[in-house]
Amino acid sequence: MGTVDWAILSLYLAFVVGIGVIAARRARSGADFFLAGRSIPAWVAGLAFLSANLGAQEVIGMGASGAKYGIATAHFYWIGAIPAMVFVGIFMMPFYYGSKARSVPEYLRMRFDEKTRALNALTFAVMTVVSSGISMYALAKLIQTLHVLDGPFARLGLPPTWIFHVAVLTSAAVVLVYIFMGGLRGAIYNEVLQFFLIVAGFAPLVWIGLRQVGGWHGLTTTLGPSYTHAWIGMGNAATNRLGVGWFGLTFGLGFVLSFGYWCTDFLVVQRAMAAESMAAARRTPLIASGAKMLFPFLVIFPGLIAMALTAQPSGATRTGASPAAVAQHQGGVIPIKLDAGTGRPMLDARGQPVLDYDLATPNLLLRDFPTGMLGVGLTALLASFMSGMAGNVTAFNTVFTYDIYQAHIRRNAGDHHYLRVGRFVTVFGIAASVAAAYLAARFNNIMDLLQLMFAFVNAPVFATFLLGMFWKRTTGHGAFTGLALGTLAAAVHHGLTLPLNDLPGVKGGWIAVMHVYPSEMAQNFWTAIWAWSACLAVTVAVSLATRPKPEAELEGLVYSLTPKVVVGSGRWYADPVPLGILALAAALALNILFR
Amino acid sequence: MLLDIRLPIGLLFLAIGAIVAVRGLGPGATAVTGVPIDLIWGCVMAAFGAAMLALALSVRRRGHAGAG
Repeated sequence: MGTVDWAILSLYLAFVVGIGVIAARRARSGADFFLAGRSIPAWVAGLAFLSANLGAQEVIGMGASGAKYGIATAHFYWIGAIPAMVFVGIFMMPFYYGSKARSVPEYLRMRFDEKTRALNALTFAVMTVVSSGISMYALAKLIQTLHVLDGPFARLGLPPTWIFHVAVLTSAAVVLVYIFMGGLRGAIYNEVLQFFLIVAGFAPLVWIGLRQVGGWHGLTTTLGPSYTHAWIGMGNAATNRLGVGWFGLTFGLGFVLSFGYWCTDFLVVQRAMAAESMAAARRTPLIASGAKMLFPFLVIFPGLIAMALTAQPSGATRTGASPAAVAQHQGGVIPIKLDAGTGRPMLDARGQPVLDYDLATPNLLLRDFPTGMLGVGLTALLASFMSGMAGNVTAFNTVFTYDIYQAHIRRNAGDHHYLRVGRFVTVFGIAASVAAAYLAARFNNIMDLLQLMFAFVNAPVFATFLLGMFWKRTTGHGAFTGLALGTLAAAVHHGLTLPLNDLPGVKGGWIAVMHVYPSEMAQNFWTAIWAWSACLAVTVAVSLATRPKPEAELEGLVYSLTPKVVVGSGRWYADPVPLGILALAAALALNILFR
Repeated sequence: MLLDIRLPIGLLFLAIGAIVAVRGLGPGATAVTGVPIDLIWGCVMAAFGAAMLALALSVRRRGHAGAG
């Protein structure tokens, strides 16, 4: 990194802190701090909605999946995120925003009861802290691996082992400053800035990269159709790179997992709840979906390009990239994964070298950008990390303050008390994230295990919301039992199945191996499907056996008991329904284009 | 006081764009393929920053509250 790159990075950090300071002037009450005073315009909330989800894991992980699975990774966007975002904007936002709930768990308390809220709030709070910790760990590890700080550290006479600590603590401190001061408003403003920086950093990378590999045509000839067609071989799990059949893909990913995340995860929903009006809140996810559907080009394409450059460093033409072919070409963009203990190349069950796909995007960045653009690219990476972390931290402080502290510890304090608690919880949340990052560094398996538990918790929750919002007969006992047993169903399914070539343990099969899936992704999707179905069935059964809330208490919380939102006689592009149809049509077109 | 987020975005992009573009005039500022990426993308970023600034300032002059 040159002086110019450092200047760019420092400038970015100064602006981020500055925005926090300015936002602090308007953070005087709980509503300001936790809900940004419900005053955010739709376009700002929309970009923040997108950005909060766009953590370093998304940027690095989608590049890695692009390199490993090809353009089929775009299913996470084109049949995953987009329909779910349209659904939350059109159908669910009226209840979230209209009920004046301050958080997703609080909606659950209004609709069901305190125990359902407590279950959701607790699991969510742990989940946010751990995922921001994992994200922090990933970024610090990346900075270490890329050796970007080695030079400056050597010049300052600091030991290279400190790089990890400095990376973790500096980024945590910056995020702490702007959330502590500006609250949700500080986070949202910064997320918009970060969104534009991420685009500015990755768009030129894709442009340069595509020129190197001979454009889309070059990619298709180098990598072959299994990499460049999203729907090829989807009829059967055995005939595509993902190892997933069309049903597992559309129902597991497209319905259960994506709707479960985008429609119920407070991390994203909080951005829409901060919008200035009901109309703005409903437009928020729809505006986000417009940008979201283009993100495969920014985050998946670098992975494809890196794979093409790795498979064909000499530029010769041959189809069908495989890790074996790659292994013959040392010095490609994606290196072979080395065992952390022995330092030797890792081999899979068939004795083939495993590639370190997580380095696809970062290595492409280092290789393709000269100093100057390198600063912009690294700033984009840092921005993505910070926006993801801030999303977790703001969601955590709100849920902890309102749904745990106010609900169970101190009920009737003044607004200023909760504002102070919120600030304190922000410090605590970030400290806990740092601890989680170090835990991840020390015990890799513990993190795997925790992430697994969250997958169990997240999968059934969409069934609870669907029934709660659209079936007035659903009861609190039903919702609670359904959630608990849905989670149990996920765990049991995971314990009975195993991905191909994996050993029983954290990857599954810890009860007995009754079924082997072609890939881990297939196993994930089917775990979600089982959990969701179990939650749905149990919630319905228990609800029918228990007494529902009187209808008068459910007004504004359930579809059939809520007056329909009348959209003013405004322009069509301000109306969520045409916007949603437009988004779905565009996503369909992208699916057809890359079939 | 309300903050229009376009103002800091505009300023930051203008500054970064200018730095990168100026760097692009010096040696070693081309990407692997020979594209003068620093110069081109620096100008693109600066232009975007200028447009954001112009938008924010015109809204402010007309007396609207702007973003947020």
